Amino acid sequence: MMNLLTGQLAREFLLVSRVRTDVLNPLIFLLLAVTLFALALEGRPQTLQAHAPAVLWTLVLLTNMLALDGLFRRDFDDGVLEQLFLQADAPYVAILSKLIVHWLVTGFAMVVCVPLLGLGLYLPGDVLPVLMLALLLGTPTITCLGAIGAALTVGLRRGGAILALLVLPLLIPVLIFGVSAVNRVVEGDPPLAELYWLAALSLASITAAPFAVSAALRISLEQ
Amino acid sequence: MLFTGLSLRLAAGECVELRGPNGSGKTTLIRTLAGLLPMQGQVLASSVIAYLGHTNGLAGPLSPLENLRWYLGIGGHAADDKSIHAALRRLEIGALFRQPVERLSAGQQRRVALARLLIGAAPVWLLDEPYTALDANGIACVDGLLAEHVAAGGCALVASHSPVAVATRMVELNGERVPA
Repeated sequence: MMNLLTGQLAREFLLVSRVRTDVLNPLIFLLLAVTLFALALEGRPQTLQAHAPAVLWTLVLLTNMLALDGLFRRDFDDGVLEQLFLQADAPYVAILSKLIVHWLVTGFAMVVCVPLLGLGLYLPGDVLPVLMLALLLGTPTITCLGAIGAALTVGLRRGGAILALLVLPLLIPVLIFGVSAVNRVVEGDPPLAELYWLAALSLASITAAPFAVSAALRISLEQ
Repeated sequence: MLFTGLSLRLAAGECVELRGPNGSGKTTLIRTLAGLLPMQGQVLASSVIAYLGHTNGLAGPLSPLENLRWYLGIGGHAADDKSIHAALRRLEIGALFRQPVERLSAGQQRRVALARLLIGAAPVWLLDEPYTALDANGIACVDGLLAEHVAAGGCALVASHSPVAVATRMVELNGERVPA
């Protein structure tokens, strides 16, 4: 089992290192979208600061949707998933490693970039650690639920739009708790309840997602 | 339901050619036997099956060596570079082991996919149009692999629109069986 996990992790990191656009494109999209918001709001510091948590969280969600659409598509089109399901005794282990690497290069990468974007939107410096922590706890749920949607829609031609329609409503609690955690700090209140909820959602989704994704991919392969 | 009452026996040392017009269900039958499609009836254990479908099952950005290492790894086998190199040499693409698969020609990519059959050592081969994109030399190479495999006691079911020179029996998917 550990051999499968480490072997698959090595393969995924290798793929990421070879196809760097998969990592860079979502981050560039996030940067551009935040810049567009700042320009649309005419760069007024007070307006930007007031809307920053909602803007950042919404854009992180949408950027993840963009990245998740291609999570299984190449492996599905190339027949790699067929070989995985035929050969591996526990395909969910390989899927878990795929999710880990995907989260590291998208969700975690966004967590690292967000302070810079937050400062650009005039968020106070003392709010940024909570924003980062909220994203750190919330993005695994986005990756896991998004991966289930991506697995269900991988065989469809216009899967990207359906993926967003399927998954975004399920991510509303993450958005609410994430934005609320940051707003609480702005108002001077502790954001513990929101962070606990985000952590609980992540733990639940990390536990269930590999099995759910595995089942969803098998359904897609059977079409 | 596509098949009802279908019975197909694949004995050791047999290479069965599966023929039929487009849409007759050759691919569906092979995918079903491989365990990729649901079926009612007896299912072969996937651990003894090597499957080659229409797609090659290779990650384009990775090299043949990396792809084949991954294939061995997910099957629970230790990465054996020696056997991988031997398989690639057998398919006359030994020098290409470091090239990303996406930079290889379609025929070379097919040969890499065929190399999986050699390193996996599965006794049952389910091959769907294995000659796709191969030149005359490549086709002869596949026939050689099939001949060696059945001679060693393995068996193969090959769906193909081109004649399989080493087939010991032919099954036609049009409602009747035609002996070879």
